[in-house]
Amino acid sequence: MNSVVALVYLGSASLFILGLKRLSSPDTARTGNLMAAIAMLLAVAATLVNQQIVGYTWIVVGMVAGSLIGVVMARTVEMTAMPQMVAVFNGFGGGASGLVAIAEYLSWTQGGALNPGGEVSMMAGTVIGAVTFSGSMVAFGKLEGIVTERVVTYPLQKTGNTVLFLGILAAAVLAALSPALNVFLAMAAGTLLLGVLIVLPIGGADMPVVVSLLNSYSGLAAAAAGFVLNNYALITAGSLVGAAGFILTVIMCKAMNRSLTNVMFGAFGTGAAESAAETGERTANQVDAEEAAMLLGYASKVVIVPGYGLAVAQAQQKLKELADQLTERGVEVKYAIHPVAGRMPGHMNVLLAEADVPYTQLYEAEEVNPEMPTVDVALVVGANDVTNPAARDDPESPIAGMPIVEVDRAQNVIILKRSLSPGFAGVDNELFFMDDSYMHFGDAAETIPEILSAVKDL
Amino acid sequence: MTGSILVSIYVFVLSLFVGYEVITKVPPTLHTPLMSGANAISGIAIVGALLIAGSGEGPWMTVIGVAAVIMATINVVGGFLVTDRMLKMFHKGRGGDGEAA
Repeated sequence: MNSVVALVYLGSASLFILGLKRLSSPDTARTGNLMAAIAMLLAVAATLVNQQIVGYTWIVVGMVAGSLIGVVMARTVEMTAMPQMVAVFNGFGGGASGLVAIAEYLSWTQGGALNPGGEVSMMAGTVIGAVTFSGSMVAFGKLEGIVTERVVTYPLQKTGNTVLFLGILAAAVLAALSPALNVFLAMAAGTLLLGVLIVLPIGGADMPVVVSLLNSYSGLAAAAAGFVLNNYALITAGSLVGAAGFILTVIMCKAMNRSLTNVMFGAFGTGAAESAAETGERTANQVDAEEAAMLLGYASKVVIVPGYGLAVAQAQQKLKELADQLTERGVEVKYAIHPVAGRMPGHMNVLLAEADVPYTQLYEAEEVNPEMPTVDVALVVGANDVTNPAARDDPESPIAGMPIVEVDRAQNVIILKRSLSPGFAGVDNELFFMDDSYMHFGDAAETIPEILSAVKDL
Repeated sequence: MTGSILVSIYVFVLSLFVGYEVITKVPPTLHTPLMSGANAISGIAIVGALLIAGSGEGPWMTVIGVAAVIMATINVVGGFLVTDRMLKMFHKGRGGDGEAA
């Protein structure tokens, strides 16, 4: 590699770091993203002038096609569908890295030279890339509703996966020792299958962890491809992404008080039927739109707790209008956001930002919890498990120890929800049956406007 | 040549530390844009994809290379654009400056 190109790659890697650094505040984040995009442009430009490239026709075809698809997808996607979008992009990133490793292997079987350590990094790149690709596609399917969001279990699931994994490992060792294309391709195919089998059993509400983890993998796959090509730009950028995804994965796991192993292999949420039946006798208080409006309209402090139900109902704009109306009446309104509300890290924040809610009104659960006793009304919109006091009070609960938004300590709680059904964890929510809790059933896209007009009539 | 793999490992490990330090400072409210932005950065695989697509080492290499270029380009272009679209929406409020789009 000539040294000018190498220096441009260094500049590009530095810009990636500086760009990510600017994501530490919403004020600077946009220029940070722009810097990262420029870094990518630099890396691509440096690569294109590289002497190793002999033909440009197919490169242009690929880049034009990819750009068109990328622009259309990025422009048209709904904010509520962002998790699916990220899953797809993740898969493509991992897939591209995997293909780079595969191509290098192909070249090796045809007598091509290998960079030092190339045998190991080709295997790592192929395996991580393939798992990321197929896993992300299944995650996309689940988020989009094409593949069931439920926890999928079948006999010998773990044994089967373990055997498959050991088989992949054996094939990888064999294919790394000497060029063996058939063994290698079998390994790649097995890895694609493994990606599907790993993500398939994981339920919808655990998707924030899965998407974060796959994000990490897509970075590691790029880093592995960097090892194969001995390219430091790839290694640096890839490991930055690997670290980002890893941190988010850890944050998401902590927010559910579960280990990564438990999320990946725990088949959580299968006990739904039994626990729901057991406590089905109790009745919850109900309020109509007018009563809810009275509680909200005459409050001095309201905390809104949004959940995935808000995204499903696409009611973020309506919710904002209600919050504005309350603010106009002199009510102090805050939003409390649990890290795993929604289907990906920060999902609720983006939805509310789309509805033009200033980010200064969005608070983390732990920031709002101390002032809960002084909150007149906590308004829970389409959230469930993240508000369940059992997580704090009942050591026997499946979600014991999970940090929650402590709405049960507010003076009153209004819960907008489709039905009394338990949340994803399959645990009944004690909150619904408390004296100061009031349920208002229905689709949030309809119930919020009803409450809004009732508030206006006060 | 044994030096170069060691250098690669150095770069890898140190970048992981840098990444960890930089990214722990990202506030939760920006976690979705962080993820999609990081995602776009993982499209750096485009560099490898370009080298393979243009290597002229036979039809199979070209097919794999072009497929990789398409995927990586979607990842890069789509990723940065959608991140920008999201970040544009975040604003402090009261000034209504979020409508500047």
